[in-house]
Amino acid sequence: MNIHEFQAKEILKKFGVEVPEGYVANTPDEAEKIAEKLGGGTVVVKAQIHAGGRGKGGGVKLAKSATEAREIASQIIGMNLVTHQTGPEGKKVTKVLIEEGVDIARELYLGIVLDRAKSRLVFMASTEGGVEIEKVAASTPEKIIKEYIDPAIGLQGFQARKIAFGLGLEGDQVKNAVKFLAALYRAFVQTDCSLAEINPLIVTKQGGVMALDAKINFDDNALYRHKEIAELRDLHEEEPLEVEAGKYNLNYIKLDGEVGCMVNGAGLAMATMDMIHISGSEPANFLDVGGGASAETVKNGFKIILSDKNVKAILINIFGGIVRCDRVAKGVIEAASTIDIGVPVVVRLEGTNAKEAAILLEESDVAFEVGRSFQDAAEKIAKAVLN
Amino acid sequence: MSILADENTRLVVQGITGGEGSFHSRQMLEYGTKVVAGVTPGKGGQKFDDKVPVFNTVADAVKEQGANASVIFVPPPFAADAIMEAADAGVALIVCITEGIPAIDMVSVYQYLQIKDTVLVGPNCPGVISPGKCKIGIMPGFIHLPGRVGLISRSGTLTYEAVKQLSDLGIGQSTCIGIGGDPIIGTNFTDALKFFNDDSDTDAVVVIGEIGGTAEQEAAAYIKESFTKPVAAFIAGRTAPPGRRMGHAGAIISGSEGTAEEKIETLRNAGAHVAESPADIGKMLKNALN
Repeated sequence: MNIHEFQAKEILKKFGVEVPEGYVANTPDEAEKIAEKLGGGTVVVKAQIHAGGRGKGGGVKLAKSATEAREIASQIIGMNLVTHQTGPEGKKVTKVLIEEGVDIARELYLGIVLDRAKSRLVFMASTEGGVEIEKVAASTPEKIIKEYIDPAIGLQGFQARKIAFGLGLEGDQVKNAVKFLAALYRAFVQTDCSLAEINPLIVTKQGGVMALDAKINFDDNALYRHKEIAELRDLHEEEPLEVEAGKYNLNYIKLDGEVGCMVNGAGLAMATMDMIHISGSEPANFLDVGGGASAETVKNGFKIILSDKNVKAILINIFGGIVRCDRVAKGVIEAASTIDIGVPVVVRLEGTNAKEAAILLEESDVAFEVGRSFQDAAEKIAKAVLN
Repeated sequence: MSILADENTRLVVQGITGGEGSFHSRQMLEYGTKVVAGVTPGKGGQKFDDKVPVFNTVADAVKEQGANASVIFVPPPFAADAIMEAADAGVALIVCITEGIPAIDMVSVYQYLQIKDTVLVGPNCPGVISPGKCKIGIMPGFIHLPGRVGLISRSGTLTYEAVKQLSDLGIGQSTCIGIGGDPIIGTNFTDALKFFNDDSDTDAVVVIGEIGGTAEQEAAAYIKESFTKPVAAFIAGRTAPPGRRMGHAGAIISGSEGTAEEKIETLRNAGAHVAESPADIGKMLKNALN
């Protein structure tokens, strides 16, 4: 799960991570008041959307006075911010973060991620602040400092010092960085983050170490034990159809193609998308209806897929293992007879009682085409899209 | 022979009295797996379906029934603990079916297992089957055929699809391992390939990977260096967009890492026969054998 920068900073602050003082504003009025509260001097106005690249898109601006903060906030709130992560349609900005201006001496990069190959958390740091870590990794991998964390003992002081000295910090900066790193690690582990990225991490002219930006993702699997974090989810930032599918406990991701698909199991769902592509069209979605594929889930699946107006045909690909295919077929027929589908549907059921299932489908009143194999189903769906 | 599971496997089911646990225990018994015990804390002394003794702890199941493998159907908040309990009790194989275990819990579990003499398969996996001998997990047994091809996969139903393609071509399997779709898993592709390399009854291996992480690339390096048998492969998710989690917690392209193209290329460079289409996995293995 993703959250906004201002939310991330509030959480980090609770764990003792140094962040600039700032508050979120929903209106230009609020922005002005916050800027006054911060002393009336220079503040930064930052658009709060989940996507990165906000600065380049014009969503982050300096204001020299409270009046200017108000003016800038009125430009940013309501704007459609387009960045390399939002897609060409952009994201509407509804709130801004107003933060005190800080005297920056250096901009660095700091992140914690899960290293899957080593099955451990790893700190990554680099002197190239503001630059995407993937770019640094590709062009100058030697500039990335990595420290792997033993889960039994956590981040140790010597590791934090290694990172701090590796970044070229000195004197009080080192002490502040060590404190910062320890606090960030605590926040990461205690809130079940899946990623924490401080880019840039700044060193102030006074020797302070601070998170100028903060991006935090949480492990969806751990949200059950962090109710307060789960509540931070901003549904406006998500694709409406995906939010809707979530209500039915369906795992749906919207894509740009014209063939809707409904599959049981995530791996087979991806393979089905690939198969649609190989056959000459493009998938309109990823949809995993789960192992059972009951009439209820299939019905909800149809509803979600058909809400996407680009869909010209639907491919259902179910591997009935423990669940019998004839049962699934009955469910599919039942679901289809309650809603107006309006586009061609190709169904392929494989596994226990697949033959009986095919007969049920062919004899039903619903105009399904039956795919005899994975290949056959893909060819039929490609033809259906052309017609 | 086969790997990990065979006719000598004596299985304990952790969570045997739960919905999933009881359903699949019956399925496994029906397949012929020696389910010798169940564990549900607080229900020790009961009998499951009037025949399988239930214990309070895995240690008791090992002591009383000689269990040497465990399968876990415990809900996510308690599954990490269940894995460690099984490892502590000294079973040789732990298969964790549970989906949704927090990643940080698995980091600790992984570390804990380093000093134990146990192989963990999963979590978030369909399990392990040595056709005709032993089924540990939730896969449909009937699609399998005893034989000499090994299979390793991160997926569930896509694995069944591949197995069915093999069986339809008359190609039987020595052991099929679903290693799981999570970012942190016990047995990865390379570990499983090593087991198959040493198994005299496995002639070739099918590898089914997907987007996310670099486990397939590491497997490719091992195949190139040391693997002595033919490999057929398929990687799912060519059409998956970057940055989105495709169902499995581990199926996500982060930045430019974990794309299907990169995995396919490294596997090809290592000499694996990679199928373009998921409908051709069986055929690909047949080609690899010739």
